[in-house]
Amino acid sequence: MAAHYTVTTRTTASQIAAAAALVLLAVAVAVPFIASRSLIQDLFFILTMLTLAQFWNLLAGYGGLVSVGQQAFVGFGAYMLFGGAILWGVNPVAGLLLAGVAALVLAIPTAFFAFRLQGAYFAIGTWVVAEVVRLSVAQWKAVGGGTGTSLPRDARDAMWGAGWIEGAFDVRASEARDILTYWLALALAVATIGGIYWFLRTKRGLALAALRDNVGAARSVGVDSERMKWVVFLVAAFGTGIAGGLIFLQNGRISPDSAFSVIDWTAFVIFIVVIGGIGTIEGPILGVLVFFALQTLLADYGAWYLMVLGALGIAVMLFAPGGLWGLLSGRTGVQLFPIQRRLNRHD
Amino acid sequence: MIWVDTVLQGVLLGGLYALFALGLSLVFGIMRLVNLAHGDLIVFAAYLILMLVTLLGLGPFVAALIALPIMFGLGWALQRVVLNRVLGTDILPPLLVTFGLSVVLQNALLEGFSADSRRIPAGWLETASLPVGPISLGVMPLLTFLSAIGVTLALQFIFYRTSLGRAFRATSDDPVTASLMGVKPASVFAQATGIAMVVVTIAALYLGTRANFDPTTGPARLIYAFEAVIIGGLGSLWGTLAGGVIIGVAQTVGAQINPEWQILAGHVAFLAVLLVRPRGLFPRAFD
Repeated sequence: MAAHYTVTTRTTASQIAAAAALVLLAVAVAVPFIASRSLIQDLFFILTMLTLAQFWNLLAGYGGLVSVGQQAFVGFGAYMLFGGAILWGVNPVAGLLLAGVAALVLAIPTAFFAFRLQGAYFAIGTWVVAEVVRLSVAQWKAVGGGTGTSLPRDARDAMWGAGWIEGAFDVRASEARDILTYWLALALAVATIGGIYWFLRTKRGLALAALRDNVGAARSVGVDSERMKWVVFLVAAFGTGIAGGLIFLQNGRISPDSAFSVIDWTAFVIFIVVIGGIGTIEGPILGVLVFFALQTLLADYGAWYLMVLGALGIAVMLFAPGGLWGLLSGRTGVQLFPIQRRLNRHD
Repeated sequence: MIWVDTVLQGVLLGGLYALFALGLSLVFGIMRLVNLAHGDLIVFAAYLILMLVTLLGLGPFVAALIALPIMFGLGWALQRVVLNRVLGTDILPPLLVTFGLSVVLQNALLEGFSADSRRIPAGWLETASLPVGPISLGVMPLLTFLSAIGVTLALQFIFYRTSLGRAFRATSDDPVTASLMGVKPASVFAQATGIAMVVVTIAALYLGTRANFDPTTGPARLIYAFEAVIIGGLGSLWGTLAGGVIIGVAQTVGAQINPEWQILAGHVAFLAVLLVRPRGLFPRAFD
């Protein structure tokens, strides 16, 4: 009797995880009905950092592109959202798309320059581009030059959906905006994780994973590494730009130093990914929780907090390069977002 | 005349950038390691010299002389204990470890010395200048530039005239074959980082005496150093010196046109070279 085969990626753990994720998502959507404003702000922070971390992980963990210049896309996206609202009266919620597209457009010349630099020098190359964008934006007087600016009151009040939330929840306008940005951050994080997971399971995703594991072998079976680098870099810039726009939309104020901060938008993100586990989708999720816990515990210690975070990142890289998730998954074999394909034989 | 003066000041400033860059160039050339904490190590060395000057009442040059072996030892230990573990075909671990080190160093300095900007006092040398025709050149900038040439010559000598340099070149070409010939790559790398830290200390002396510095000064120095290395072409020490001079001239000319453009002009010069000559002006290495 002829055997036939099927290819599966699903595991029992992943099915449980998917069910749990749906429940978690429903709870997350409902959070504004019960939670305090400070909890919503904390969750907003976690979700946006998670989004940035997932995109950096896509770049470095899968694409092998260690960028230290992602703050270029956070800052440029955020500035285009503010510029759009101030100069052309673009609704800030629609401005999020503008932020993503602007970051995507910026990514084209950035990649053109940075891809000329081999290996490790690519990292500093992206940093130089971020500095150039920061210094150029600081010359843009319409959005406050070097000192920055606030989102104008009429743009803030015009945010789509904020008025409805204000009425439905019976809250003040500022709280309504926090709820709106929280829901947007939730949607962005879910779309990011879902999108990356979907992408990694497609043919192109397989090509990307092959490149990560062995460039030479991947090329020999016809994977176009140059093209994959471009795809990953542009996609990451687009998502990072939207996240940047959203972060500063919630913040309401922008300046070149905060929008292009290498510590906030690149160092923290790198530590989240490295500590959680680079090259996995689960890693950044675990990493952002550890990061938030550390920040809450050590918030009062200023510089010590960053020292601990840096030292932890170094220790993980030296002794457990797979991160916390790597340790966990290595011991138990659990994968919540499996992308390995397994061949099953049916007689 | 103002432009001749501007360009000359730029050339001398380029000497400082070359000093920032030579250590980076040396380490990359030998072990393909890009140390993202390079700028912070320069600032660390500047604080070390400042401490020796203020605590022991020494002159800055004597203090730097004492700092040299300390920094050599630190570099040696850093390579032996940390960096040798992460060297390999994967570029990710060394990048992330040195990036972590950069954040740790910056914040340790912030905790130890506060965010106030400091300067290493150099007495009469700070303001001394030499008249050259109608232009007057600062003694400190001149010393910086001469030191950059001196360091380049010294590194050139070590590389091509000593057995240590032979070990450097052999390990750089092929660590496995070099180790068959009795060279120990781990030890060679440690010595190379030690020497790079000696260059870092010399750079720190001039950074600290010529301008104010604070714990967050490091990353910008790393970027200038990196630009000088890429402009010059990987593996070429004289190229690195030329790269530093190009950044320096671009910055002073930019500042002359509009003071806000100083830093930007340096970056634009770098991008322009990258556009026209992606492998730098005087490339030697092929990787």
